[in-house]
Amino acid sequence: MAQPLLQVKNLRTYFIGRQSTVKAVDGVDFEVGRGKVLGIVGESGSGKSMTSLSVMRLVPAPQGRIVEGEILLDGRDLTKLSEKQMTDVRGNEIGMIFQEPMSALNPVLKIGEQIGEVLIRHRKLSKSQARAKAISLLKSVGFPRAEQVVNEYPHQLSGGMRQRAMIAMAMACEPKLLIADEPTTALDVTIQAQVLDLMRSLKENSGTAIILVTHDLGVVAEMADDVAVMYGGQVVESGSADEIFDQPLHPYTRALMESIPVIDQDRERLYAIPGNVPSAANFPVGCRFADRCTLVQDKCREAMPELRSMSPGHSVRCILA
Amino acid sequence: MSVTEKSVKDGVATGTLLEVKGVKKYFPITAGVIRRKVGDIKAVDDVSFHLNRGETLGLVGESGCGKSTTGRLIMRVLDPTEGSIEFDGKDITHVRGSELRHLRKDFQMIFQDPYSSLNPRMSVGTLVAEPMVVNKTASRSEIKDRVAWLLETVGLSADARQRYPHEFSGGQRQRIAIARALSLRPKLIVADEAVSALDVSIQAQILNLLADLRKEFGLSYVFISHNLAVVKHVSDRVGVMYLGRMAEIAPKDLLYSNPLHPYTQALLSAAPEPKRHVQRERIILVGDVPSPAKPPSGCAFHTRCPKVMDVCRSERPILKDHGGGQIVACHLYA
Repeated sequence: MAQPLLQVKNLRTYFIGRQSTVKAVDGVDFEVGRGKVLGIVGESGSGKSMTSLSVMRLVPAPQGRIVEGEILLDGRDLTKLSEKQMTDVRGNEIGMIFQEPMSALNPVLKIGEQIGEVLIRHRKLSKSQARAKAISLLKSVGFPRAEQVVNEYPHQLSGGMRQRAMIAMAMACEPKLLIADEPTTALDVTIQAQVLDLMRSLKENSGTAIILVTHDLGVVAEMADDVAVMYGGQVVESGSADEIFDQPLHPYTRALMESIPVIDQDRERLYAIPGNVPSAANFPVGCRFADRCTLVQDKCREAMPELRSMSPGHSVRCILA
Repeated sequence: MSVTEKSVKDGVATGTLLEVKGVKKYFPITAGVIRRKVGDIKAVDDVSFHLNRGETLGLVGESGCGKSTTGRLIMRVLDPTEGSIEFDGKDITHVRGSELRHLRKDFQMIFQDPYSSLNPRMSVGTLVAEPMVVNKTASRSEIKDRVAWLLETVGLSADARQRYPHEFSGGQRQRIAIARALSLRPKLIVADEAVSALDVSIQAQILNLLADLRKEFGLSYVFISHNLAVVKHVSDRVGVMYLGRMAEIAPKDLLYSNPLHPYTQALLSAAPEPKRHVQRERIILVGDVPSPAKPPSGCAFHTRCPKVMDVCRSERPILKDHGGGQIVACHLYA
């Protein structure tokens, strides 16, 4: 089998403070195939955003640190690269888009300059070449008046337009991997549909693999080829999207799916997962979901369950599955 | 008007609690040093609907559609530019001062972010008691008992009363806000994006709580949200708003199974569902919502409508009943 584009092995990202250590990412493994979309789902505090920031080596220093693990992009371990080498990877081999484009875009630079900056830095284009390329990129993300938009500032664009401009910037160097952290959470439904549609066509046309980090199971069901469900800094279940949605095995995955209202289906009462997400500074010894799990047994609390493979490509971290 | 009479005649409901008639809210746009008025933001532009006792009306729409402004108009936090609001048979459009405060006991609001609506320097016990103290509805010892009972009702432990909002998680804070809203025994609760900031597992807890409270106290809700699935779950009827106007309002089963307005159709088709292998025809609208300062002529949706006709550009469609209480403002069905 061909080597996957990205392999993350036993990744641990900790925030080390004087009094406590927050284990934001605590032993995460996953793979992203070439041209595939991996959806990482989880609630707030599950470590999904920190995982994606770790891949970009953008963990807030000095407290935050990747303490263990490998991040292999095409077989090259990103954790071993120097900061200078890493700047050649960011924006060039891996692009990233964030939830709030207004805070990710520079408010005092024109859109064209911001997109051009990436091209000048990585592709050594001249200013005028970069501008021309920026216009064509903006056209490809659906700006009919791209020639004017290059001269506009972020505040002149609407939320959906800003997000599309950010996608254009992330895609400027045709990265092999695009990391999208809650790319549509701040957008309205009809605008979300536009942005998801755009990401889908990018993937089909340029073969870019995407890591889609979101709390929205609907977006994942629609976009992902594979899914990793995170809880308490760990992957609790991973597999193909079809398997995860049709036969979820982990009690947490099942509870998540039963807790959301669905349009196609009338649910008299939602399943409410009792309690709260455990604190990342103070995880219990055994399974991290044990306190909220309806099927919990004594042995769940004794030792951390392994992420076991149940069928090819479908793994679950639960001793009962 | 006719709608209200009809629903009463059919014996479906036990009367109207809230009647909103032709309400408009324009915010002035000013310019220059003397703040001369140069235009209006038409946040709510001629909206009418009613709410029956014990009913939940969902209001959906995208940002800027006027759903929150509508909620605030009902609460009388904002004064309508035009139109009237009747609550429990009384015209409350122009009520002010102490009379308004007195009336407000009957309608309370919960917000999206409970952290900014709860005073961080007040203990939970004080926060929940405050409405009763201000309105002098009970004696000191009664208030104490009632606070304990309210906290229990919303699922918080009794020791919560000595603690402060920052010690609680988002879901628990929302419970505190709900306890506070319930303290004066309201008839109506306006919930503005009350679960939008919560994680799905917590969202389910709060939605279940709201359903329980409704049953227990016979509450009516106006439930404002951008999430179509959540709105369907909680509502009896749903109103879809676009650019300050009501596009369609219908019993939820009709609205979700047979949406008539092209905007409702597009919204429903765009909502991602957490399921695989669903074959749906997705309608992807082009462009953004126009500015409410310069709403398009005719039908506000005509600039993005896939089924636009000539008449849509010039004439504003009026709400018409298409049977079963499904009311639509669209020239396609004229």
